[in-house]
Amino acid sequence: MFLRNAYRKSHASTKRFFASVAVDYDFSETPNLDEIHLKSPKKKTKINLCTAIRDAMDTAMETDDSSIHFGEDVKFGGVFRCSVGLLEKYGNDRVFNTPLCEQGIAGFAIGTACSGATTIAEMQFADYIFPAFDQIVNEAAKYRYRSGDEFNCGSLTIRTPCSAVGHGAHYHSQSPEAYFAHTPGLVLVMPRSPIQAKGLLLSSIRSKDPVIFFEPKALYRIAEEEVPDEDYEIPLGQAEVLTEGSDVTLVGYGIQMRKLILAAEMAKKDGISCEVIDLRTILPWDADTVEQSVKKTGRLIVSHEAPITNGFASEVSSKIQERCFLHLEAPIKRVCGYDTPFPLVYEPIYLPDQYKVYEAIKQTVNF
Amino acid sequence: MLITSSLTRRNISRVKPQSFSFFSSSIEVELPKFKVHRLEESELPTKATTTKSELLNYYKDMALMRRVEIVSDMLYKNKWIRGFCHLYDGQESITVGMEAALTMEDHIINAYRDHTTAMGRGHTSYQIIAEMMQRSTGSSKGKGGSMHYYSSKNNFYGGNGIVGAQVPVGTGVAFGIKYEGKKQVCVSMYGDGAANQGQIYEAANMAGLWKLPIIYTCENNKYAMGTSVERHAHNTDFYKRGDLIPGIRCEANNVFAVRELYKWGKKYCTDGKGPLFFELQTYRYHGHSMSDPGITYRTREEVTEYRKTQDPILLVKKWILEHDIATEKYLKEIDKEIRARIDEEVEQIKNDPMPAPEELMTEIYEGQETEKPYIRNVDMISSINKNFE
Repeated sequence: MFLRNAYRKSHASTKRFFASVAVDYDFSETPNLDEIHLKSPKKKTKINLCTAIRDAMDTAMETDDSSIHFGEDVKFGGVFRCSVGLLEKYGNDRVFNTPLCEQGIAGFAIGTACSGATTIAEMQFADYIFPAFDQIVNEAAKYRYRSGDEFNCGSLTIRTPCSAVGHGAHYHSQSPEAYFAHTPGLVLVMPRSPIQAKGLLLSSIRSKDPVIFFEPKALYRIAEEEVPDEDYEIPLGQAEVLTEGSDVTLVGYGIQMRKLILAAEMAKKDGISCEVIDLRTILPWDADTVEQSVKKTGRLIVSHEAPITNGFASEVSSKIQERCFLHLEAPIKRVCGYDTPFPLVYEPIYLPDQYKVYEAIKQTVNF
Repeated sequence: MLITSSLTRRNISRVKPQSFSFFSSSIEVELPKFKVHRLEESELPTKATTTKSELLNYYKDMALMRRVEIVSDMLYKNKWIRGFCHLYDGQESITVGMEAALTMEDHIINAYRDHTTAMGRGHTSYQIIAEMMQRSTGSSKGKGGSMHYYSSKNNFYGGNGIVGAQVPVGTGVAFGIKYEGKKQVCVSMYGDGAANQGQIYEAANMAGLWKLPIIYTCENNKYAMGTSVERHAHNTDFYKRGDLIPGIRCEANNVFAVRELYKWGKKYCTDGKGPLFFELQTYRYHGHSMSDPGITYRTREEVTEYRKTQDPILLVKKWILEHDIATEKYLKEIDKEIRARIDEEVEQIKNDPMPAPEELMTEIYEGQETEKPYIRNVDMISSINKNFE
């Protein structure tokens, strides 16, 4: 009954959602200068993740004449306004709308990419990527291999907004990364913040492999930080240790990092020291960094929004178990979405929020 | 007709017509010209007959449908409705005309702009709004929301969220009709934007090969989200897109044009002549969805102009006034009653319960309805288990 009363008003669920991504907590970071090499670190602007994406595309298109951007409604800025102003700057030939045909967009993008254009295609929502699944998995991912490197679509980047947004329901909230993580040949990236988004997107666009760049759409407006104005890249395939700790390792990516950080803060008050790691690149993933950390802490919790069964956490947990079996003090825990379609009603119950992570920390540490 | 009158009886009962004998004489309406592809124009109807009471019923139904959309808009803006929400106002003549030609034995499948289609298939305004507000009294127990209305009783297959995905499904339904030898038709609806999805033509090829009783219905409301038809479609004659499959374009703001077209289409399909492509020219007043103000890619004047000159409800109203069926004052009275009724319903829905929390875990696999799975939340009280309720 408690729940029923708590959710009596439907907008309560949205409040809960935004509480769970914690708007009042300051997540802003400063660039990690060991990794992000900056010529003029002082030149920076406070922008949100949406603008950081726009910035990255702007930089990519400015520095590379062959780069093009297209997708459904991108011309007037896209439904999330991530490509505002690109049309005015680069013209119709380089920034254009496509019809509503995801399979067509993906196939077309593979074609432009393998014929030499640096291609940034947008899928309006990650939930709409499935019609394009065949093109991405069978054409893009295997192009290099099946042609003996005669052809490849390395200059292809597919951007797509993913994950929960508070009221997105079944078809505007899913996180489909695990489907693609089963496909060798693809690179999957999901940033946690504006600084990360800009650097990772620039690397993705310039990478020589096809990349699917997942953008947690709930962060578009609420994530803000001082992002360097200049052109910089963050290497793909490398995880980042956000906080060092000694008792338990927390691994995640995307918007889930916020929840892991909050859970780590809560655990800290109980005297538990958490090491928080952002994978950033989901495929190929940086098992070494996680392995090193787990060998130190002896405990691991992996968390993502997608349903638990066969989610990417399963892969992390399996590989780390192989590599760190004798170091483990407790079973590896996964804190993920339930095995249900992404719900409209009770979204906050579905989501693996910081409280669920916190409880998992307690259980793991007290095992 | 069956639908129209029952919808009216159910929803608008208090306004009584002044005298019954007055309503029996028939009225003839000239239809706008249809454009045809691989058909002779002479095959198609040019006139429709109606009665005074029928016209009044159409007015009532369409006014009710429009009011539901206007109220949904307000509820969404006040955050009572969550999820994605696509409004149908401006296109009501399609549902009313189509349902007047079909029976509940016929099949309909639609995409996500479906509140009004669902009303045509027997959902009440109460169920429609309650579903959007995530109440257990809604059409899908509050689990689907705006894009998800279904009725297995009345052969309405939804309510589908992915652009174009419903069209092959409708083709399968049509195969079922033919396989069982039934004299029915399936109407598979999609928008002008979805017309560019490849799966529509994969499905149409099968329907053409096997002569399936299906009417591919493209509701061309001129914009695929924010992109106008000229900019997103190479061939904007959507009725010709079936290639060898005959097609017809219809000015769908005219309820009688839609009705006669579907009567004709149903006969064509049930005679075993195979599939058809219909293009219904229409216009949506709201943006694509609630996040689209609807005026960044078209002018306010364009919308106002259409509302003033081609609105489907205004057209019915014009006939009503022309034939002295009712006074303007009487129609206003109807509007007022609908308004009051919906407002009353909304107040009641606000107090309806949300679905039980365990509904989160039911209906994913068969036979789960009665189970109460245990969901361990952070504190025991909020965990979903009957022992803690």
